[in-house]
Amino acid sequence: MPNFIMSYLDPKVTVTPGSAGNQFWALMYVLIIFAGVSVAVICMNWIERKALAHFQVRLGPMRVGPHGLLQPIADAVKLMIKEDIIPAEADQFVFWIAPMIGLLAAFTVYTVIPFGPSQAVSDMNIGILFMLGVSSLGVLGIVVSGWASNSHYPLIGALRSSAQMVSYEVAMGLAVVSAILMTSLNASGTGTLSMIGIVQAQQQQGVWFIFKFFPLGFIAFVIFAIAMVAETNRAPFDLAEAESELTAGYHTEYSGLRWSLFMLAEYAAMIAVSSIAVTLWLGGWMRPFPNLLHAPAWDFIFSLFPGLTFGGLAAITFIEAARMPTQSFFKIQRIGLAVFAALLGFIALLLLVIAVAGRSADTSVAARFREGIDYVYWFVLKVAGFMYLFIWYRATWPRYRFDQLMKIGWKVMLPISLGVLVVTAIVGVIFS
Amino acid sequence: MSDRTSDASNRAPSDVDRSNLDYGTPDKTYLDSNELIINMGPQHPATHGVLRVILKLDGEKVLGTECVIGYLHRGVEKIAENRTYTMFNPYVDRMDYCAAVSNGLGYCEAVEKLMNVEAPARAKYIRVILTELQRIASHQLWLGTHALDIGAMTPLFYTFRDREEILKIFERYCGARLTTHAFRIGGCQYETYAGFEKDVKNFLAFFAPKIDEYEALLTTNRIWLERTKNVGVISGADCIALGVTGPLLRASGVKWDLRKAQPYAAYSEFDFEIPTGVNGDTYDRYMVRMKEMRQSMRIIEQAVSGIPEGPIMGKVPKVIKPPVGEIYHSIEAPKGELGYFIVSDGSTQPYRLRVRPPSFVNLQALDLMVRGLLVADVIAVIGTIDIVLGEVDR
Repeated sequence: MPNFIMSYLDPKVTVTPGSAGNQFWALMYVLIIFAGVSVAVICMNWIERKALAHFQVRLGPMRVGPHGLLQPIADAVKLMIKEDIIPAEADQFVFWIAPMIGLLAAFTVYTVIPFGPSQAVSDMNIGILFMLGVSSLGVLGIVVSGWASNSHYPLIGALRSSAQMVSYEVAMGLAVVSAILMTSLNASGTGTLSMIGIVQAQQQQGVWFIFKFFPLGFIAFVIFAIAMVAETNRAPFDLAEAESELTAGYHTEYSGLRWSLFMLAEYAAMIAVSSIAVTLWLGGWMRPFPNLLHAPAWDFIFSLFPGLTFGGLAAITFIEAARMPTQSFFKIQRIGLAVFAALLGFIALLLLVIAVAGRSADTSVAARFREGIDYVYWFVLKVAGFMYLFIWYRATWPRYRFDQLMKIGWKVMLPISLGVLVVTAIVGVIFS
Repeated sequence: MSDRTSDASNRAPSDVDRSNLDYGTPDKTYLDSNELIINMGPQHPATHGVLRVILKLDGEKVLGTECVIGYLHRGVEKIAENRTYTMFNPYVDRMDYCAAVSNGLGYCEAVEKLMNVEAPARAKYIRVILTELQRIASHQLWLGTHALDIGAMTPLFYTFRDREEILKIFERYCGARLTTHAFRIGGCQYETYAGFEKDVKNFLAFFAPKIDEYEALLTTNRIWLERTKNVGVISGADCIALGVTGPLLRASGVKWDLRKAQPYAAYSEFDFEIPTGVNGDTYDRYMVRMKEMRQSMRIIEQAVSGIPEGPIMGKVPKVIKPPVGEIYHSIEAPKGELGYFIVSDGSTQPYRLRVRPPSFVNLQALDLMVRGLLVADVIAVIGTIDIVLGEVDR
């Protein structure tokens, strides 16, 4: 195999392909992340509908495939074959390009998200700045779509969401700064803006930043966690698309595939901001207690988790398949579910084999894969927790009013985040 | 345009001369103006049917509203003039289709009063039980949709789940769930089915913790408080001036409930309280309705345990021919005072029948309540008024 492919599978590689100048693997990572995020959005779609349904004492999708598993695919097909309406009085070109802007902004962020110390497209030295900057561009897509629709409700929705996103970015930015400040608490006294560097700083200091200078890190984290919900226009801050007020907000006039691009962008942005939170405060790709339980035996035990997770999912799916009603009508669904369970079981087996084969930290390709899977697994698990929170918020809370939202953003969150920043700086100087 | 910037907030939109607003070409739309006139409804997810509200906005602030109604007009009052008294009875169910039993009670009692007959005691008790169940069902529907309007999705499903139990009792009693046609002039057509009392008691036991469940989600929820406290405030005096009745009036501190003020059916025999509010805001109206559900449970409990034996139909002739005269009779429907004014010319059909629907009269207060608030509050206030367009338009 060509050298540029194999060179990157060497476990001695510790930098991202972007930093190493390996264009082939950079491209591969881009493709993997794009596909992975798209699949994650599809899964998220199904999980949100099911979880929300179970919060609300109903079943959710049950018809398309066993337990509605094929529902997102059916939805995607439906959206693709739907008529694509552009209102006669809309600004055609801007209307056309608006969802692309949102999508582009949401996906570009993933270039610097570190799934592992070398599992990222690129390790920019201004990673977090780049990330905040690009994710802010998403608001442009929303504003432009509301404007181009040339209609009342989208216009109000767009104005609402632009005001909201801009004001919450301030508090969010300050919370991020206080985390960055913590990265500089080392011997040399220099911090870093690199996403990978931030996680490594947490590893060196032996503490996730959420627990650093308790409760300072925690407050900054909570502010970020609130601001990121507002930033992505999710409940209880979903004013931009408040269904009961503005019908559908900025995407009222959109239909079919163009509408689904907005949805894709929204979910991609949700995953992206959750990734920032995980990176900054929850130790990114690190498994629990990496410094405390650092013996190779612990490494091996923790590396079994991915396989065991998939094994557990496979077991649940098998049980559900067995519990399907016995009528012949459900026969095909039962077979489908069993095949799905078998697939999950196969993945579990594969992961376990890799974990066992790569258990010694030698130079084999298996060790490299084992390491990569570990990093990605813990990272994704933490992000998934945030995704569940997003659903939980939506099921539980009413929606804030516009002026209350702005009040919280400017009068509550901004002063608190400023205060946390100042106190963190002082405490940092004292203790370092 | 400049002449209406200063005192614009004090005027109804109908005062505004719209003739010089040219909507003809895209470059001459609202964008020239500081004010935005938007049409909310008749197709809108939060206008509870086909209410159309023309909003005049300054940014998000509401400068004035104008309700356009009539999209669901079916001429119920005119239909009454061409039907016999008995034939018209099912039509009243279609006015407030979320509280059909209450409508039927008001109509039957009005005609009975006109004919000077009285329903037997057992029929009265059955009427009270079913009407109070209907009040709970109506308030549940209100709570679910109101919470959904404010953005809380989950209460809707909880209330619909529990409302189902009431509808099951209706179905077992008279075969219909929504447009029940439960009562007849002079009493009830159906005797209670075997196990009726048990079903009702089971429901009471089932429902008591469910109200707590709704309250756990909303009553102390910070966002709910912020969205409802001091929103859509209306004073008791304004309520009386506008003819606003029901929970809206009581939430403004006026202790007025027709069940106590002018007892009808068997209400004078039961012990219950009239919950009232203080501030007359959306939160007080929410609390009043929540307390009313508990009071309704109290009434049902007393009625079902003290239900007397006896006939269920009074002495009513086969052909109903009230004497010449006119009558106004009103009851406390879930949404307010539901009145029937019937003019009889001595024939088998009403000469004129006029309904005083609570939703229609209460809707008048919308403009007063939302002026100066934000768009989101308009939705909350429409929800808190608890309108049913079938009743508004008739």
